Amino acid sequence: MSDLQSPAPSAGQVTEDAPTVATAAANAPSAAASTGRSLLPQSTLLRHLVLLLLGAVAAVVLLEITDPFTNSQLATLSYYAIAAGGLTVLTGMNGQISLGHGALMAVGAYTTALLLQEPADALPLPLILLISVVTTTAVGALVGVAAARLHGPYLAGATLALAVGLPGLAVYFHDQLGGEQGLRVRAPRAPESFESFIDLVSGASASSTKWLAYVGAICLLITYFLLANLVRSRIGRTWRAVRDQDVAAELAGINLGAWRVLAFVVSAAAAGLAGGVLALVVRLAAPSGFTLVLSLSLLTAIVIGGLGSLLGALLGSALLVFLPPFVTDLGTGSGLSSTEAAQLAPFVYGVVLIVAMIFAPAGFVGTIRMRWLTQKAKRSAGRAAPADSSRG
Amino acid sequence: MSRSSRRLVSVLAAATVVSALAACGGSDDGGGGSSSGGANEASAPGITEDTIKLGAHFPLTGVAAPGYSEIPTGLKAYFDYVNDNGGVYDRKVDYIYRDDAYNPSNTSTVVNQLVLEDEVFAIVGGLGTPTHSAVVDFLNAEGVPDLFVASGSLTWGEDPETNPYTFGWQTDYESEGKIIGQYIAENFPDAKVGLFLQDDDFGENGEKGIREYVDDQIVGAERYTPGNTNVGPQIAALQAAGADFVVGFNVPSYTALSQLTALQLGYKPQWFYSNVGSDPQLVGSLLNRFSQGKVTGSALLAGAYTTDYLPTVDEPDNPWVQKFQEIWDKYGEEGELTNYRLYGMSMAYTTVQALQAAGQNPTRDDLVEAIEQVGGDWKGPVLAPFRYSEKSHMGTSGMSISQLTPEGSAKEIQGVMTTDIGDAKIKEFDGKPTTPTENGIPDEEPYK
Repeated sequence: MSDLQSPAPSAGQVTEDAPTVATAAANAPSAAASTGRSLLPQSTLLRHLVLLLLGAVAAVVLLEITDPFTNSQLATLSYYAIAAGGLTVLTGMNGQISLGHGALMAVGAYTTALLLQEPADALPLPLILLISVVTTTAVGALVGVAAARLHGPYLAGATLALAVGLPGLAVYFHDQLGGEQGLRVRAPRAPESFESFIDLVSGASASSTKWLAYVGAICLLITYFLLANLVRSRIGRTWRAVRDQDVAAELAGINLGAWRVLAFVVSAAAAGLAGGVLALVVRLAAPSGFTLVLSLSLLTAIVIGGLGSLLGALLGSALLVFLPPFVTDLGTGSGLSSTEAAQLAPFVYGVVLIVAMIFAPAGFVGTIRMRWLTQKAKRSAGRAAPADSSRG
Repeated sequence: MSRSSRRLVSVLAAATVVSALAACGGSDDGGGGSSSGGANEASAPGITEDTIKLGAHFPLTGVAAPGYSEIPTGLKAYFDYVNDNGGVYDRKVDYIYRDDAYNPSNTSTVVNQLVLEDEVFAIVGGLGTPTHSAVVDFLNAEGVPDLFVASGSLTWGEDPETNPYTFGWQTDYESEGKIIGQYIAENFPDAKVGLFLQDDDFGENGEKGIREYVDDQIVGAERYTPGNTNVGPQIAALQAAGADFVVGFNVPSYTALSQLTALQLGYKPQWFYSNVGSDPQLVGSLLNRFSQGKVTGSALLAGAYTTDYLPTVDEPDNPWVQKFQEIWDKYGEEGELTNYRLYGMSMAYTTVQALQAAGQNPTRDDLVEAIEQVGGDWKGPVLAPFRYSEKSHMGTSGMSISQLTPEGSAKEIQGVMTTDIGDAKIKEFDGKPTTPTENGIPDEEPYK
């Protein structure tokens, strides 16, 4: 399969080869659909609906069996995973790199925060999040149009400027956006139906932490459902064509620029929703929350998880959320002072990143999938060989 | 209505009376236990028979870590000392501090962890205005005492109705601005004053205070954005405006940057840095780093004025500094006692006062009430009294003014003045300097 996709690399064409291996995780659909052994329905939409339902059940079970702090961590996970999901579509599917997704999240977060300044007569929450998505989509379209002409490091540079510059607007428009200390966000209270739902499911108390975790989980499931459908559709196939062979794609009548802008816009929409959820969960939209570190964390999450795979984005985000406290607790448990333990966390994260890149260059999901495909190929080769010999 | 249902009503009524009586009895027991020398009980989340768990968020990594990451080590050293000397009502203080890297998203996560997982009794000394803003609503909604926020923003103390569980500790920036303003008006009536301000609450509140006294003397106010390391335009603008007396409401790294920039421009006004930005040791090391070794030590700062609300490490004769030095040598981590660690230890001292005043078996509300009722009378290392009452949760109210010497120490040139936010007058503080108790541990009575 990979032989068909990439021509023999000649000098100076190293980058042509890289995406095929690196985005192994993204090339699942044909494989998954052709196994035939799966218990899931053949129709893509139906299959994803079943997965959505399973995901929803899993989310409820997970949120109800864990303690309040883990609930709040899962809420954090949800906004990272939504943004990483959008970014993995852009980078893994379409081959564009963005270092500016933290800034796009800031757009979503500030929109949500502004709409929630008067909690008494605020719009309903779904509408607020929708407006955040629309606003960020508009900004994403603007950036996408500029970015469509750029490639690789140039695109990275342009989006980097976005990540560095955009949060500065909050300081410049001090009176509207609250400057350096940002806008405080009072998340709307949980509706009564939520309380009765929790009472029905587990009888636990419906705290605001739990409510926000549910809001995050719902947004995550909807986003992943929509993205999964999108990448398995004609649009997704076109994006992959643009990523792998842009010349061939253009010869086939694909307008490269337009499809790149579309990928950026879809990805920005996800970042906008992630920003909205972030504002609710963090209860604040401030420039110091949207530094370059956020954009880079999202990128590392999708690379570690496996470029182009939504499951990979989720796993990478989980690593981002759960690894630092785990390492810090391990550090303090083994006698380090709190300061030393805190400094250990970024170090261990870096080591994990390096080890992952050396031993699993295609990310968790990508590596496992490549192993599985290799074994399958070997098995079918083994079956084919005796058949050949009997014929001969 | 049938007889049986009437009987049911009377049974219910009787049950209500009995349970109400039981409740009264229960609360009587509780009240008696907390004031007399009864047994320790697990009276609130984070309090067991022999421990009190307190938590905080600090920048231990990242850009804000130099200096600030030393504060919790001071707090911890003092609590360890208290624990080895009987603790608070025989309970040991367990102080857990976590890293937020000065990022509000992280602050929200670590405070969730402190409150929901570690189940701390109270938060003590959470640092930073943007960072703590992210958690102040959460802490007040959960009813967790949020003591002594390490920031001079007015947000923490001016409105106890909105944030009943949050208390400030250090002098707020507005009061500081007023005291500085009055000093300039009285001692430098002809100075042309320029303001160098951080573009947030810090600079804004300071400017408001200072303008109450020297509004007509101010020839220029320039603002910088934290993170942008080029302050050339601002300093040049102050120079062009003819300012010969520059007051800086800025953080330490911008003290160093403003000094280097002024040096390049050949600009030599009289400098006055607010307390936050003036730590000579830290600024000296930053100057050294930024200039790549061309400027050494803090000699550049010689002659600059600054304010104090605590004794500093360059006053080795101060009894508080001596006591804290003694404790630090025995209980501290590696490294010298710095002004940041002194700050942490002083805050820990106030915390122990609060815990003692809250009584033997306090609830979270008891702690808040104790600070409101008696916190204004506490004596400690802080130069002027706290303003704690039911109407105000503002911290200490006064500051002294000192001048930095070429050796990097500070010489006091004006005694402690006290004031308050708004149009409160500035008064000379007439209280005597306090001294620590024999063992350096406060001895407060329960407030009820």
